[in-house]
Amino acid sequence: MKILNITKDNFNNYLYTGVFLILISILDVFLNSFFSINITAFLPGFLSFVLPLIIGFVGFYFIRVEHSGIKNLDIVNKNINTNNFNAVLTLLIIFVIIKSLPPFLSWFIIDANIAGDTKDACTGTGACWTYIKIWLRRFVYGMYPNAEQWRINLSFISLTALGLVGFFATEKYKKYLTLYYVVIYPFISFLFIYFFISGGRIFFDFSYGIIAAAISIIIGFFIPNKFKLYYFLIIPITFYILLKYIFFFEEYIELGMIEGLVWVETGAWGGLSLTFIISFFCLIFCFPIGMALALGRRSDFPLIRYICIGFIEFWRGVPLITVLFMSSVMFPMFLPQDVYVDKLVRCIIAISLFEAAYVAEVIRGGLQALPRGQYDAAKSLGMGYWKMHIFVILPQALKLVIPGIANTFLALVKDTPLIFVVGLLEIVGMLNLAKTNPEWLGFAMEGYVFAAIIFWIICYAMSKYSYNLEIKYKTER
Amino acid sequence: MNAKFKKIIPQLLTLTFVALVFGFFSYNAQLNMENRGISFGYGFLSQESSFDVQFSLIEYDGSHSYFRAYLVGLLNTILVSVIGIIFATIIGVVVGIARLSTNLLINRSAAYYVEFFRNIPLLLQIFFWYFAALRALPLPEDAEPIFGVIFLTIKGLFIPAFVWNNLDIFLYSLLAAIISIIVIRSYSKRLRENEGKHIPVLYISLGLIVGLPLISFLIGGVTLNFEIPELVQLAKTSFRFNGGLGLPPELIALTLALALYTATFIAECVRAGIQGVSKGQKEAAASIGLTPNQVLKLVIMPQALRIIIPPTTNQYLNLTKNSSLAAAIAYPDLVLVFAGTALMQTGRAIEIVSITMLTYLSLSVSISVLMNWYNKKIAIKEK
Repeated sequence: MKILNITKDNFNNYLYTGVFLILISILDVFLNSFFSINITAFLPGFLSFVLPLIIGFVGFYFIRVEHSGIKNLDIVNKNINTNNFNAVLTLLIIFVIIKSLPPFLSWFIIDANIAGDTKDACTGTGACWTYIKIWLRRFVYGMYPNAEQWRINLSFISLTALGLVGFFATEKYKKYLTLYYVVIYPFISFLFIYFFISGGRIFFDFSYGIIAAAISIIIGFFIPNKFKLYYFLIIPITFYILLKYIFFFEEYIELGMIEGLVWVETGAWGGLSLTFIISFFCLIFCFPIGMALALGRRSDFPLIRYICIGFIEFWRGVPLITVLFMSSVMFPMFLPQDVYVDKLVRCIIAISLFEAAYVAEVIRGGLQALPRGQYDAAKSLGMGYWKMHIFVILPQALKLVIPGIANTFLALVKDTPLIFVVGLLEIVGMLNLAKTNPEWLGFAMEGYVFAAIIFWIICYAMSKYSYNLEIKYKTER
Repeated sequence: MNAKFKKIIPQLLTLTFVALVFGFFSYNAQLNMENRGISFGYGFLSQESSFDVQFSLIEYDGSHSYFRAYLVGLLNTILVSVIGIIFATIIGVVVGIARLSTNLLINRSAAYYVEFFRNIPLLLQIFFWYFAALRALPLPEDAEPIFGVIFLTIKGLFIPAFVWNNLDIFLYSLLAAIISIIVIRSYSKRLRENEGKHIPVLYISLGLIVGLPLISFLIGGVTLNFEIPELVQLAKTSFRFNGGLGLPPELIALTLALALYTATFIAECVRAGIQGVSKGQKEAAASIGLTPNQVLKLVIMPQALRIIIPPTTNQYLNLTKNSSLAAAIAYPDLVLVFAGTALMQTGRAIEIVSITMLTYLSLSVSISVLMNWYNKKIAIKEK
């Protein structure tokens, strides 16, 4: 049915009328929402409510001309105005955006407060960012003592710097990068986080290690190549023992001659830094475990296969929260009485095993997707099981499953707030704690919005990075 | 002989390792329990629980047994999962189709929705809805009724309850309608294949599913009344709703968060499924004279469903498992009631945690078996 008779002559009239009508309808909603002026108030309630929709719809109907020859008009028609149904949806979306902008902006920026140090500073009807500002330290560092927070900062900065080494490596060192990232880097990070952030006596073992390693490397330059291997096998350990047991630094500390690092128990760690620590370690641990499980599930030995299947299906079938429950109330029962495992460690083990099962399934998908020919070709070259998997199968399979692994890692990061079950408070836990502070009641919304923005940025960046990796390692088949 | 050993030794080693770990754990557990003076056993399940649960589908109070408390928690978990799955599917399918829309605005809004909700931890979303969004609702005495019968307040959502007379007759009539529809469908299929005749199955089915229950109302003695929630004043400032069906705010927050979060994943599954059907299929179907509706129903959907169902099943499983986050906002689900309160009272960590885990395990296994069966049924049967 053709109601309008559009010809070349009256085409412009229709066009102008249509654009005019659309603008009128948008203007009406705009005035209504930004300045609360209802220009159609004289009409009965319901009609006044839907009038902009009707006017806009008629406008869109007028400008829907195929192949008008005007570039912008064609773009509009093609993208948002293909038929009546789409025109209505387009209008509805525009109206919803216009309607929801003013309350959102006024809450988020215009009526919000950030100045001041107490709750009284928040007088506006909008968000109270003062709350976030005052509590920021707690949200980032948890209950970690204020004076010691430089340790967390220093660890994170140095670990980030060490993590970026890969981007600056020259061609000569590129082949060692995998070794570096898989073995050395996790080890260094572990030393940093476990010893440096914990502090206390245990820190000195760490510093002896560092000093011993540094001294032996410096001397190592002057040792002839022939003896280097033996040298590095023996000397660092000797230095370490010398430092620890002969020089007795610890006694000096007890006498107050050297100030040590204050011991901070894991219960005080928290906030965003704990989120990072937990995600980091679980990422590192769950990947090799998952890989081993995936290989085990495809093993030729039935016993190993069934054990792996049982393991994987068990962890995949239960929710993480019950796993954490298990680690907090059931796991201590399974250990000898005098053994105490720190709850952060228990948490990391539990989450790692849990996510490893998911990683295993993802990697299995990649292994199954490889054509049989790859296995046969590797075998025909005389490669054994491990050689075949390390040099032929796994590099290809892992390349295929980058998106899946990235999704699992994202899920892991998003699961970290669950550690509230064992009493550790990362950022969401800290928010809930701050919310109940009698001096700062009533700012739940600000806190959650703040945490949501942070998590969103982390997760979005991770997913974009994985997408880039996927493109980078894509090989033609 | 050598090759045989090579096969057996690694397996034996693994088995010994696993057995050792298990042995070590159970030995310690035994020792620890002896020291604490508890004996292992499930006898406590029949003891009196002596704690209350605020929201329960079955009759329950402190005088019932721990097993009854377990059932209460399990039913609450299933309730929130089922509601969540229904809403997540609806939102997910709509958003997934919207992402394929030619309308740029709709397409982008759907994409933003997906990117936004799936990159924020579920727990944070639950907290947001429960502590921030739902707390902004009015008190019961200030609540404006929606359509005059629904009240959305800070104390929860109050909707009219159905009061049935002779509900069983109504259900039988519904069952009869469904059975006759199945019979008619298979008959019409046979008729179409053998004689090429079409009968309007859709209209007949609609008529049956409306008509038979209607007859049960007219002559079967079935009546349906609505019990509308009423505001009653208990004390000067204390109000509550009497009658009707009250849904606690915990349930609403949990369902909202679960549905909105899982819907993003389902939307991606749906999009991938529809995009996975090649364009040639559509064109081929159109070229042999099928109408657009028939193309969608007979060619696109069956193929798209094959791609959509397995990952969607996974999402359903995830939703069910994620419903255990209810414990964080004190919705009395299995974890909170059983692994929380009951564990605190009895101190039987091993028994209770193992029962809880086994329950979730069997829930997920049963859903995945069901879905595997369905998936096998609709899979391509290649010759």
